Amino acid sequence: MSDQKVLLKVNDLKQYFPIKGGIFGRTINHVKAVDDVSFEIFEGETLSIVGESGCGKSTTGRAILRLDEPTAGEVEFDNTNILELNKKEMNKFRKDMQIIFQDPYASINPRHTVRQILTEAMEIQNAVPKKERNDRVKELMDTVGLGPHQADRYPHEFSGGQRQRIGIARALSVNPRLIIADEAVSALDVSIQAQVINLLKKLQREFKLTYLFISHDLGVVRHISDRIIVMYLGKVVEIADKNSLFTNNMHPYTKALLSAIPSTDVEKEKERIMLKGDVPSPIDPPEGCRFHTRCPFATDLCRTKVPELRNTEGMKDGHRAACHHMEAIRSGEHQPQVNA
Amino acid sequence: MTGAPDTSYDNILEIKNLQTSFFTKDLEVKAVDGVSFSIPKGKVLGVVGESGSGKSITSLSILRLIEEPGKVKGGEILFKGENLLDKSEAQMRKIRGNEISMIFQEPMTSLNPTFTVGQQIGESFRIHQGLSKKEAKKKSVDMLKLVGIPSPEKRVDQYPFELSGGMRQRVMIAIALACNPDLLIADEPTTALDVTIQAQILDLMKELQEKLDMGILLITHDLGVVAETCDYVAVMYCGKVVEFTDKKTLFTEPKHPYTVGLMESIPQYDQDIEGDLAVIKGSVPSPADMPKGCRFAPRCPFATDLCRNKLPDLETDEDGNQIRCWIYSDEWDGDPEVNVYERSESTS
Ligand SMILES: Nc1ncnc2c1ncn2[C@@H]1O[C@H](COP(=O)(O)OP(=O)(O)OP(=O)(O)O)[C@@H](O)[C@H]1O
Ligand SMILES: Nc1ncnc2c1ncn2[C@@H]1O[C@H](COP(=O)(O)OP(=O)(O)O)[C@@H](O)[C@H]1O
Ligand code: SF4
Ligand code: SF4
Ligand SMILES: [Mg+2]
Ligand SMILES: [Mg+2]
Repeated sequence: MSDQKVLLKVNDLKQYFPIKGGIFGRTINHVKAVDDVSFEIFEGETLSIVGESGCGKSTTGRAILRLDEPTAGEVEFDNTNILELNKKEMNKFRKDMQIIFQDPYASINPRHTVRQILTEAMEIQNAVPKKERNDRVKELMDTVGLGPHQADRYPHEFSGGQRQRIGIARALSVNPRLIIADEAVSALDVSIQAQVINLLKKLQREFKLTYLFISHDLGVVRHISDRIIVMYLGKVVEIADKNSLFTNNMHPYTKALLSAIPSTDVEKEKERIMLKGDVPSPIDPPEGCRFHTRCPFATDLCRTKVPELRNTEGMKDGHRAACHHMEAIRSGEHQPQVNA
Repeated sequence: MTGAPDTSYDNILEIKNLQTSFFTKDLEVKAVDGVSFSIPKGKVLGVVGESGSGKSITSLSILRLIEEPGKVKGGEILFKGENLLDKSEAQMRKIRGNEISMIFQEPMTSLNPTFTVGQQIGESFRIHQGLSKKEAKKKSVDMLKLVGIPSPEKRVDQYPFELSGGMRQRVMIAIALACNPDLLIADEPTTALDVTIQAQILDLMKELQEKLDMGILLITHDLGVVAETCDYVAVMYCGKVVEFTDKKTLFTEPKHPYTVGLMESIPQYDQDIEGDLAVIKGSVPSPADMPKGCRFAPRCPFATDLCRNKLPDLETDEDGNQIRCWIYSDEWDGDPEVNVYERSESTS
């Protein structure tokens, strides 16, 4: 992987949302939605972000696109730090980075036909010369598997899966290099979900697209990803190639998350790591390792010192996890704590 | 129903040919179109199917909670041997929240925001068991303890918005179980929850089900949840049951082309898949142009003229498993060697 070209590089990204309070509406605290997140995406790969609701997946995606201006950090796209660009300069990059949302209906204008939706996107980004736009619409409809004859219909005349294809066509209309897909297949019925996943994979092969794929569904993620990031309470706790993540995972949270997924394998008795309680509030996240309030292995060290993302013996290159005790947990030396 | 209640039943719930429709301007939407299944005493039945297949309307029909323009048109719903469709509204009110309880998908919308957790759990004790306010509150604390909520003495006086999603769902379970029901209907009880919380809730439901020996009707679209919690499974498609078996048979030898298609198209977190996912082509037909033969025929890779013209019946085999597909009948006019696991190549 290391000889591949880095398309996007995220350094120490922070996104703190202010909480207003009191009679003067002053900022009294912050939601630390994303806190010092760093990673790279190689050109042509699919990097997924997984984690439970509220861990900062969407916020990370939105911050990269500057849909919400990040609090701190760097986002380098093709070696340019796009957080330093002014509006005009940024617009040049916008067409390279597109986003597909979970709810296709909320993200497209219901009063426009598909043709208008697609043409408008090309117009705003000035990506395709005017006289080529109609041909491009035809081509796009074809690419996403909606007959070109459907171009003059309105979104409500399509099914959920078809609307998601419209969202994909719109993203593709400006020839992007990176697509951020935020729960792009989560709202679809299972039989439709598979069709859209296959389409995304086909488009990636055809157009050398790079995907940042945000999802809470580990089954879909296993199928679609090259590498995977696991987030917990605004932090990356583990990042690895797909194979390592599913077969050689190191972080106790990754293990608990995987073990919690119900399996359809009825012949195998599965061992489940039951986590106690809920995810703590991101307003006052726990000191030290943010997972310590639910981690069966937590010690005093975990309660005071933030663990760094690191690689250790027996982990593939590029596989890193943030746990003080991962070596000792793997060797069996460090056991679940009795009164943890 | 007249005479003494029948106690000789084996099934806590038995549904026969249930039909529920919605009558819109120019169309009858047959949401539930001849559904039959049964739940043996103390067992868990899973109902799976895509959205719109009629799962929720089936459960609302059982509770007689279908509202205009909907109507239960026919069939029988035998609960402890008695047909619920013959009950008066007053009798149904006694049964609901007492002998049959229900948990819905979204705990925030089904809890009343203006009452404390304790008041909502206690209501059942006060109405159905005639307990005093004080006694009801004490019992509510016990219920919160039972469903694993920490510091229940404190939580009992809080309002729903003060609780997390997982805790609210636990409160819903506490309310549902307060009356010690014989049957619990749970419609997507964990769909809105995170997997680590889902694992806690499913564990809790299973534990309490064994302890209280109640039957559960569990509606879900998640095959993993079915595999881990149910004894029997009914697969629904377009308002009909297409397959009904014990759980192990369903996951090891599914028979209906739709069931097989569903299983193959869902990527599992514990399996690698080479190449493309298998897909079920097309989408669910709209109620306005429901196929006249097998409802699945337009999407089925094995469909024949027989399938397109004539609706197959739900047939029961010698093991008690049920299947609605011509392939398994003597009338089958397609390839006699057909293998439902060998599907046509995937298309996207
Ligand atoms: N505009 C905002 N103002 C305040 N807090 C916010 C805002 N947007 C997100 N948050 C908070 O930031 C945290 C991360 O939210 P985010 O939407 O990134 O979660 P997520 O991982 O995408 O979750 P889900 O799986 O539910 O989509 C949450 O605690 C959320 O409540
Ligand atoms: N109030 C209503 N009016 C008209 N049609 C309805 C109504 N409620 C449900 N339906 C229709 O009944 C069918 C089954 O719905 P439902 O049981 O809710 O499906 P699900 O399996 O997703 O729970 C669907 O076609 C749905 O559109
Ligand atoms: S650092 Fe400590 S609390 Fe955090 S995951 Fe590792 S063992 Fe658990
Ligand atoms: S009856 Fe025919 S169309 Fe229907 S599922 Fe069976 S083979 Fe397919
Ligand atoms: Mg999100
Ligand atoms: Mg439903």
